[in-house]
Amino acid sequence: MADAVFHATRNDRALAFRSPVTEPRNFRLVAIGLTLVLLAVFLLLPLAAVFVEAFRFGIAKYLEVFSNPDALAAIKLTLLIALIAVPCNLVFGIAAAWAIAKYRFPGRAFLISLIDLPFSVSPVVAGLVYILLLGSNSAVGGWLLEDFGIRVIFAVPGVVLATIFVTFPFIARELIPLMQDQGNGDEEAAISLGASGWQAFWYVTLPNVKWALLYGVLLCNARAMGEFGAVAVLSGKLRGETVTMPLQVELFYNEYMSVAAFSLASVLAGLALVTLVAKSWLEWRFADQLATGSRTH
Amino acid sequence: MELGIRNVQKEFGGFTALKDVSLDIRSGELIALLGPSGSGKTTLLRLIAGLDFPTGGNVFFGDEDASLKSVGERNVGFVFQHYALFRHMTVEDNVAFGLNIRPAATRPPKHEIKRRALELLDLVQLSGLAGRYPSQLSGGQRQRVALARALAIEPRVLLLDEPFGALDAQVRRELRRWLREIHDATGHTTVFVTHDQEEALELADRVVVMSQGKIEQVGTADQVYDNPVSPFVYGFIGDSSVLPVRVEHGEVWFEDRSIGLKAHNVPSGSAKLYFRPHDIELLDGCGGCIAGTAGVSRRVAGTKRVELAIGGAGHRVEIELPVDHPAASRSRIAFRPRRWKLFQDDIEAPNEVALPQPVAA
Amino acid sequence: MTTLRFREPSIIPGFRLTFGFTIFYLMIIVLIPIAGLFLKTFELDWQTFTEIVTGPRFLAALRLSFGASLLAAAFNAVIGVLVAWVLVRYGFPGKRALDAMVDLPFALPTAVAGIALASIYSPNGWIGSLVAPNGWRIAYTPLGIWIALVFIGLPFVVRSVQPVLQDFSKEIEEASATLGASREQTIRRVILPALLPAILTGFSLAFARAVGEYGSVIFIAGNLPRQTEILPLLIVFRLEEFNYAAAAAIAAVMLLASFAILLAINLIQVWSQRRFGNG
Repeated sequence: MADAVFHATRNDRALAFRSPVTEPRNFRLVAIGLTLVLLAVFLLLPLAAVFVEAFRFGIAKYLEVFSNPDALAAIKLTLLIALIAVPCNLVFGIAAAWAIAKYRFPGRAFLISLIDLPFSVSPVVAGLVYILLLGSNSAVGGWLLEDFGIRVIFAVPGVVLATIFVTFPFIARELIPLMQDQGNGDEEAAISLGASGWQAFWYVTLPNVKWALLYGVLLCNARAMGEFGAVAVLSGKLRGETVTMPLQVELFYNEYMSVAAFSLASVLAGLALVTLVAKSWLEWRFADQLATGSRTH
Repeated sequence: MELGIRNVQKEFGGFTALKDVSLDIRSGELIALLGPSGSGKTTLLRLIAGLDFPTGGNVFFGDEDASLKSVGERNVGFVFQHYALFRHMTVEDNVAFGLNIRPAATRPPKHEIKRRALELLDLVQLSGLAGRYPSQLSGGQRQRVALARALAIEPRVLLLDEPFGALDAQVRRELRRWLREIHDATGHTTVFVTHDQEEALELADRVVVMSQGKIEQVGTADQVYDNPVSPFVYGFIGDSSVLPVRVEHGEVWFEDRSIGLKAHNVPSGSAKLYFRPHDIELLDGCGGCIAGTAGVSRRVAGTKRVELAIGGAGHRVEIELPVDHPAASRSRIAFRPRRWKLFQDDIEAPNEVALPQPVAA
Repeated sequence: MTTLRFREPSIIPGFRLTFGFTIFYLMIIVLIPIAGLFLKTFELDWQTFTEIVTGPRFLAALRLSFGASLLAAAFNAVIGVLVAWVLVRYGFPGKRALDAMVDLPFALPTAVAGIALASIYSPNGWIGSLVAPNGWRIAYTPLGIWIALVFIGLPFVVRSVQPVLQDFSKEIEEASATLGASREQTIRRVILPALLPAILTGFSLAFARAVGEYGSVIFIAGNLPRQTEILPLLIVFRLEEFNYAAAAAIAAVMLLASFAILLAINLIQVWSQRRFGNG
């Protein structure tokens, strides 16, 4: 009995006490509620719409798209592009991170800004610059076409180039801050023990940054498979040849093949969800081995 | 402002951070809460401030029960270990913050706020830095700003949580002296938390020694140093040496011999003998003394500390010798503590069992 | 003769290789193409250029693109702070999943988002049909464009504010409270000003992204000249007319805007670094 009284006063105290570092309960509930509503409307609704529209007329109709030759060609092309663009940017990302994080030289900050550039350039503009540079009526483009028979614009090479442009920052900007934080001590130790530069990289640096590398590859790949604006400008939309999955979604949609469009879109949405889950898992499991700071891309 | 802490209890989850703590602080006193980390000293300070609430018991400001008053209503000046300055405000704006946020009815006019802020910056010897940002100041300067900011609201009590903990030794000593001056000039009731005994003993009117959520002893520097009431206080404040002894019929025995210390009205049984390494007298022969073989010695400022291995078990105690003392390694040294204390074993509550006076052999 | 060193000495090998490759890659992928764009613009004489960039269709698209982006980024700044606050400060079931979902706009291909938004907000869609009886339309109006831009810009402010709020010292909030500030005053006068650089950075990133956004907008926009036509779409139209010079001129204007925003972001960071320091 006495015990119960004691507990009652204790709870009263906990309730009566106004913590100086949190908000009143009602405020908290309203804020959480508002956040849930906003995120539901702006994020979950579009995601749900993709799957609902895709399955609107049943699973058989949903599966039809996967026997559509255009759709299959688009899936193949998208995989091919990711298979080229991601490794290219992987090599670039490692090289750029090594050069920027391991050494001090004037212009480092500028170089970092330059690497961030694609994030603030419109994808359409990104596509346009390659048309101007490599189009058949430009000097370089004409030379490539006439002397080598290589068509870049409105062909697969152009689509690959555009994808590389919009995705090249992802891996580099994951690695640079992390390698800067980790400093040079490990590598210097390895080299003082007689390791070559390659050995230091392979046995010391790489194990230290492997999760950040995977994180960057994940984001790079998601964007490479999903890029629309830059690719749209450069592909010329030749069916079965230069049309990627996102472009094929657009073509289906504009031809009022809504189910086909959303079915193909659902594959991309699934990819996005897998990416998000893998990304969250990495952030949760290896938080200390990823770059800290803002994740704004 | 007098402070009364009555039977305060604080639990975090299942962990009891404060166990039935009572303490009275007189108006205008400078009090140090001293203890190792985890002793509950910061928790107690935060309960006084109202940054947290006691699970049981009450905190009185004068006659008024402040236990459930919010921190804003208590009007306390609180100085944090890491300064907690507002980085986006200038020094002057930091100091004026507490006045600027008052409701229009009680807010002094603008020029008055400015005057008071500058006056306080003068008091903490930072005049001329009013326009700087915290990031442009040194650690010691930041802590002065933090103090000026706390004083600006004319607090009823001033609370400081390890105020010098993040500063280097030189700055600490300087600021310590200066805090005493400020305290004497402003006359605030002041409570500060520290784990540095030197700081507590030098600065405070009274020292509150805490351990494991309880108050071990409250007293002046002399009291807690010369007359510790528990083995913990003896061990925590100042250097001490300990020897396991036995009391038999009012005499203190170590192993098979009497060491010449009288312990009247102490029940027979095993006990621990505490003494300060420097508070001993060296003896030539040994008819009732502690004798041991000198081991490693080290130089501490103007004296020499020698480790002695005592008795058959080779029990190690430290004593202090003059630098020019000829005691070489492995030589035999006999001594007897001048001031000492016995704490009986096997009694849960530390029990004062011996007189503090030196006892002649 | 003294040797001028470009970089500070280091025993770690590989500078030439990695630095050289980085510069080479950036040249090929970024610098030469962008220089080419400005060269193309210079092929235009001044009069033709001014005609393009003062034409009513261009100006309408410019106003729409920048106006809608500004409003979307501003809205994102407000709800971004709210979402970041809730995710950092409050606990509730499903929080981890919600936190992960915030990145959906980064991960979801823009074309997919575009058709999904168009279907939701079109007059017979889930939300479009709710407001249609009142004679309101969302899809194919500037409001629809705004919604798409809010969607793609949502993560920026959240993700730039979140870490700052996470690291924000509780002591500072307690200091404010001991000085007599109410919770509302602490938030308004102590916490929000400290978040300001992060909010501005997130706002700028969201704004830059919105101005250039194409895929998620074109399906919901309606794309009527001078009404619901955004700048990137105008470039695409000019390209389809093989009017490369006009496309380049519009792109040059957009690129300059991107550079200006990028510069603004860097200035914000330099400013906040100077004033608030690192620690």
